[in-house]
Amino acid sequence: MSAEDVQRATRRIAHEIIERNHGLADLVLIGLQTGGVPLAERLAEALVQIEGLEVPVGTLDVAFYRDDIGLRPVLPEAVTDIPGDLDGRIVVLVDDVLFTGRTIRAALDALADHGRARAVQLAVMVDRGHRELPIRPDFVGKNLPTRRDEVVNVNDDGVELGEMRK
Amino acid sequence: MSPTAAARRAGPARNLLGIDDLGPDVASGIDEVMGLTDSFVEVSERIIPKVPTLRGRTVVSLFFEDSTRTRLSFETAAKRLSADTMNFSVSTSSVKKGESLRDTIETIEAMGVDAIVVRHGSSGVPRQVARWTDAAVVNAGDGWHEHPTQALLDCYTIRQHAGSFAGKHIAIVGDVKHSRVARSNVAAFTALGAEVTLVAPPTLLPPSLEGWPVRVSHDLDGVLPHTDVCYLLRMQRERMTEALIPSLREYTATFGLTTRRADRLPDDALIMHPGPMNRGVEIAAEVADRPGAVIVDQVRNGVAVRMAVLFLLLGSGTEWGGEDA
Repeated sequence: MSAEDVQRATRRIAHEIIERNHGLADLVLIGLQTGGVPLAERLAEALVQIEGLEVPVGTLDVAFYRDDIGLRPVLPEAVTDIPGDLDGRIVVLVDDVLFTGRTIRAALDALADHGRARAVQLAVMVDRGHRELPIRPDFVGKNLPTRRDEVVNVNDDGVELGEMRK
Repeated sequence: MSPTAAARRAGPARNLLGIDDLGPDVASGIDEVMGLTDSFVEVSERIIPKVPTLRGRTVVSLFFEDSTRTRLSFETAAKRLSADTMNFSVSTSSVKKGESLRDTIETIEAMGVDAIVVRHGSSGVPRQVARWTDAAVVNAGDGWHEHPTQALLDCYTIRQHAGSFAGKHIAIVGDVKHSRVARSNVAAFTALGAEVTLVAPPTLLPPSLEGWPVRVSHDLDGVLPHTDVCYLLRMQRERMTEALIPSLREYTATFGLTTRRADRLPDDALIMHPGPMNRGVEIAAEVADRPGAVIVDQVRNGVAVRMAVLFLLLGSGTEWGGEDA
């Protein structure tokens, strides 16, 4: 996907979020650290352009909730910042790539510690498959079939597929 | 160590016995703890201040010396990380019946603990404990030696209120000779770039300060106007009977941070104390309640700092620490 493709997909997801939720009432966007945060911000910008309404944007670091904690570094700069009480709100979790589903499982656990959301939806730019848990995204930029040993990078220049370093 | 605990941990246990254990570059080791502490402060401010990070791990507090606040701080930290906690109270244990320290450690280890938090009146006991166990050992204060987590929480509190350490003047005032807090703090503060002045009567300074990167003064009034952080140590009443000071009243007259003296500090100076305070001895009651006194923040930050330390030792899997005892 080129940068323009990502932009178009972001706009489409924004439209889908509005459609699914019949507007933006009670909506909160939460970007998963680190890749989901810029995407959540871009989605919020798109929602303002379409509906003229600002949606609160938060960030969530799931490092302390992962089941593989100890196998990957914790990034001190990746902080959790939840905008207000989540009780009764519709939370759209935003991440760049959906892979095994374990990050999302950890995110659901983490969210529960911040209140009882009315609903949690999932928006991702790329669904690359290989799920290990029964988790399904609500909004997808692109379904990208991959090999397990490939790496998907989402950045300002678009989406790149690369080989995992051995 | 139990097979499950052993299987969970790749490689030998890591310990925090002194500030040097933060790695060959102490400043970056402290920075790493500080960065993680930010995350755990955020956790502590939540409605449910708990994360599942150390679920299934067991942390035992082994306190041979009374210290309610340090014990509770470690226990709160472990619980906020979802670890199981055990308390080994020496006053009601077999130690009273003559059990040796080694037997005590082996008994505790046989129960499958992952970390032992040790407080002891004798210097070097945590290091000895680390030789007898595969669990991670955290020094919660040993004799006159070190109290590394106190130094880390002090560093965090100073950074929180004053920003960077570079060029800051820190006065450590009082009984330096018998203070494990002072030893760890001198190492940590100077590693971060602060200039430290020890202010005490000669009888309350160590016999030799060779190798200590500090200045020494016996004139608190002269030091205060140039001080960014005035760190007061607890004056132990028994030092009077040891004839190290003529009387507590005289100590207060010369080295106590009275209201008049506190007025000599710059407006934005911090006043710190590791607790418990002797109000009216080393610090005047009203000085302890001034806006610049961050003593309550020290206690609050202590929990988050200890969460960071337990996480780094038990949960992070990242390389940290120097010597494996």
